Amino acid sequence: MDNWRKNPRVFWILSAPPALWLLGFFLLPLALIWAYSFGHKEGIIGIAISWTPDNYLRALDPLYLQIFLKSFWFAGMTTAVCLIVALPVSLAITFAPARWKALLLVLVILPFWTNLLIRTYALIAVLRTRGFLNAGLESVWDSVDGVARAVGLDGLGAFTPPQLLYNNFAVVFGLVYVHLPFMVLPLYAALDRMDRSHLEASLDLGAGQFRTFFSITVPLAMPGILSGVVITFIPALGSFLTPDLLGGTESQMIANVIERQFKSANDWPFGSALSFILMYITFFALALRAFFSRGRSAMDT
Amino acid sequence: MRAPPQHRLRRLRRRPPPGPLDYGRHLWMRLTMLATFVFLYAPIITLVAFSFNDSRRNVVWRGFTVKYYLKAWHNDGLIEAFTNSLTIAVISTAVSTVIGAMVALQLWRFRFPFKGAYEGGMALPIVIPEICMGVAMLAFFSRTYWPTDLIWPFNLSAIIIAHISFSFPFVAVVVRARLASFNREFEEAAKDLGASEWRVLRDVLLPHMAPGLVAGALLAFTLSLDDFVITFFTSGPDTVTFPVKIYSMVRFSVTPEVNAASAVLIAITLALTATAMFLQNRAGQKMR
Repeated sequence: MDNWRKNPRVFWILSAPPALWLLGFFLLPLALIWAYSFGHKEGIIGIAISWTPDNYLRALDPLYLQIFLKSFWFAGMTTAVCLIVALPVSLAITFAPARWKALLLVLVILPFWTNLLIRTYALIAVLRTRGFLNAGLESVWDSVDGVARAVGLDGLGAFTPPQLLYNNFAVVFGLVYVHLPFMVLPLYAALDRMDRSHLEASLDLGAGQFRTFFSITVPLAMPGILSGVVITFIPALGSFLTPDLLGGTESQMIANVIERQFKSANDWPFGSALSFILMYITFFALALRAFFSRGRSAMDT
Repeated sequence: MRAPPQHRLRRLRRRPPPGPLDYGRHLWMRLTMLATFVFLYAPIITLVAFSFNDSRRNVVWRGFTVKYYLKAWHNDGLIEAFTNSLTIAVISTAVSTVIGAMVALQLWRFRFPFKGAYEGGMALPIVIPEICMGVAMLAFFSRTYWPTDLIWPFNLSAIIIAHISFSFPFVAVVVRARLASFNREFEEAAKDLGASEWRVLRDVLLPHMAPGLVAGALLAFTLSLDDFVITFFTSGPDTVTFPVKIYSMVRFSVTPEVNAASAVLIAITLALTATAMFLQNRAGQKMR
């Protein structure tokens, strides 16, 4: 690597366009809503930046605090479910024959390349009252009902389709659906790096599969698990589309409140404050991850 | 010659029992994998399958038809949105590939003060929540009185700018990964032989970067074509993109026409991704 002084002309030619772009069309917009977050509305469209902390204080109102808690709960549930599902899946991929591995990995990543909106829309067709899941449940119900009648018992009665869409269940279901690849990939990366002789030693020395998994595999894969938890949790927390399309009025997340402040409620300063709170949480989670991985590498050396 | 069935069965039976680490051969592991892939794929596959279904009510199969594709094709709003999306994707890909490659070259080649902070800044568009970037862009374009009533395609400028801002850091990451495998001795040799900086870039570095540039460009294209949240905040009534249009259709009702439009978008994205993977694979094999 060269010192930039060695060839300042090339350095500046290479750095000026991207740096200016980032400054003008990314950092400046962020700085603008940062300033707005300390402002208040003036008239219908005016915003006066008065450096008041009111918008941040208003976010502490139980109404909004509850939405933050709910978002944390949804994102936490999503992360937990993804972790439970992704652990066996990534373990199976890691120990699959070499020719299968690449194919399985591509199969995990592929949905990720499909438009988020379309995937969410596909879930609506699965979950709605007259959707595929309820149709499946109904046929199971009917056959159980038929068997029960055939052996002379009372039938189960008519099938009443459960409400699967527009509630908290649908939101977590959708978030898991969308974020599963985020969890599988880092787990796979960590498990694939793992030294298998540790597992063999553990099994040879008489520990069962269960014990080996929890005392050897999980600790060895911990950096991957932590990294997967963080990169699943962050986008899940800021999700907009999933709660918007799959959730009901009771299952809105922070991003939906932010959107409402900028569109229908037209309170940009408050929306800006909420955006920045969400961003601070994101940065905190990233810092946590950096802290953990640093501690890990320091221990390894 | 194919083995007769009994013979094949015997061979199957002769397979050794799964070893302790053959997790993929345990029944419950296989079931978990199967369930996961059904969970991941069933919704998308049914969505595509039912775009060919001859019924407005989506659940029961009533025969094969392409009429919803024709209907989507004759829906002017949808086609306009699609044209907008492609235009935005092409322009934003071109610009973000160039800018992203510059970032990659700069970070790969130079050591400079506050490099860590600079890299962090460049990674910001990747890590911040989409909704925050969306509202920031909305506030920025409204505060600067960005002109929205220009003739096409200039009325798309706000969306294009926003798309460049979130895609060029991704391009930079991909191109930089490719540059890591470059042997700097080639560059030094070229310079020793009298090549100028520009000549080295054109004849030595760019050919090596090419697969990374193509992969990065395809990534940028897909990101731009797929983006909903950020576009949702930067688009106006006259600048509807394909995902934004589908969103308004989805809010309105669930119809096979939406399925047909979605299936087309899925096909395009998959084709692009397959191309990117193929190119990267080929580049990887060449290196070996």
